[in-house]
Amino acid sequence: MSEVRAELKYLESHEWARVETDGTVTVGISDHAQAALGDVVFVELPEVGSDVTAGSEAGVVESVKAASDVYSPISGEVIAVNEALEDAPETINSSPYDDGWFYKVRPTELEELDNALDAEAYQEATE
Amino acid sequence: MLNKTPLAQLHETMGGKMVDFGGWWMPVNYGSQIEEHNAVRTDAGMFDVSHMTVVDVHGEQAQAFLRYLLANDVAKLTEQGKALYTGMLNDEGGVIDDLIVYLMPLGYRLVVNCATREKDLAWINLQAQKFTVEVTERPELAMIAVQGPNARKKVCEVLADDADTLNKLDVFYGAALSGARSEWFAARTGYTGEDGFEIIVPATDVNTFWQQLADHGVAPCGLGSRDTLRLEAGMNLYGHEMNDETSPLVANMGWTISWEPTDRVFIGRSVIAAEKAAGIKQKLVGLVMRSRGVLRDGYEVVVPGTDERGVITSGTFSPTLGVSIAIARVPTGSVSSAEVIIRGKRVAVEVVKPCFVRKGKALI
Repeated sequence: MSEVRAELKYLESHEWARVETDGTVTVGISDHAQAALGDVVFVELPEVGSDVTAGSEAGVVESVKAASDVYSPISGEVIAVNEALEDAPETINSSPYDDGWFYKVRPTELEELDNALDAEAYQEATE
Repeated sequence: MLNKTPLAQLHETMGGKMVDFGGWWMPVNYGSQIEEHNAVRTDAGMFDVSHMTVVDVHGEQAQAFLRYLLANDVAKLTEQGKALYTGMLNDEGGVIDDLIVYLMPLGYRLVVNCATREKDLAWINLQAQKFTVEVTERPELAMIAVQGPNARKKVCEVLADDADTLNKLDVFYGAALSGARSEWFAARTGYTGEDGFEIIVPATDVNTFWQQLADHGVAPCGLGSRDTLRLEAGMNLYGHEMNDETSPLVANMGWTISWEPTDRVFIGRSVIAAEKAAGIKQKLVGLVMRSRGVLRDGYEVVVPGTDERGVITSGTFSPTLGVSIAIARVPTGSVSSAEVIIRGKRVAVEVVKPCFVRKGKALI
């Protein structure tokens, strides 16, 4: 059984978003997604300073098995990316919700996340 | 309705992540494909390959039949247990399947792929009508591949009564086991580039055997690592490197075709002989990408000096080498570099012989 976290918002394409106390949003992929992909060997992250758009491609995650686009749950400016993933992409498998985060955004409109799924709805969507 | 091997329940109990693999309920991994891959390269791992099909060909004309059916020549098999790798071609010279054939006391044993089982059996039975032979599928037999530098030692520990026989087996030879295991057949073959055995076991014995191997430290491995291991070893996978429309000559299987004796008629011969005479247009090469990313099946390959594009037939991340590797079909000719189109971008790759790792050692 894959883990979901109550404090996160999810997309049906298996990304999660977490609103931090400073109003920024952290993005990653779900436990269900990492399990389905298998061993992750490579990630392509957006550049710091670039803009991402909700529902559009923001990166790529590649496992031994497959390449998968990462869609942004939120629009805004990328203010940080998880550079540690370049050398240790397997972190996405071992810690999808914590150390395996992808990037952080300063959102243009936080309300966009109202369209995303809550943990319960995502759980149902993946069953 | 999914087919299940006799080990399916045990795979689930042991934590196998089960998937639909060509209609079979098989473990793709037991947690980490890369760890399983590394276990085979450095120690010993085992695969359930019971979905492969064992077919026995007996009867007066068994040899004549197989000399007609197969592109390699079973007349080369003069010693009991000797194995031969061959393509089975259609009338157009395309590859229906690739398979291993063993010389057995009562005739021959074929081990064919799972994905092609039905068309293989239909074709074999159709062609057999012209010969005095009996073709018998053996669904009551399961098969386990045990591979890795320590595979032979560990198998001999489990099958101690037959350790002598097993230790004496040369590469590409098989032998029946003794006593209560007379239905067992162990061959020193594999699909990983490592030493080891592929062992045909009655379904009723296979769960105990799998468990004993696990108790002796053989890592259960899923079909995911089987694919990365065979790709590193540069071995063809049916449906990727060749299929019904592909000639063995463009699938690096030229060495498996016995042109001598010249009067041997085998299915597809005239077509591939004409192709050879006209000049072979394509070949398989290995690609290595040193930059970040993963080469995938179907990506286009831009080869210098020609407008004709190549295509990746199998691509993956190589756990042993830490870079992405691929097998690609490209126009004939010698090049040392090329470009692959990845999501619209051209990325430089090295062109090498399609064999990347053997016996734990990098060849590139």
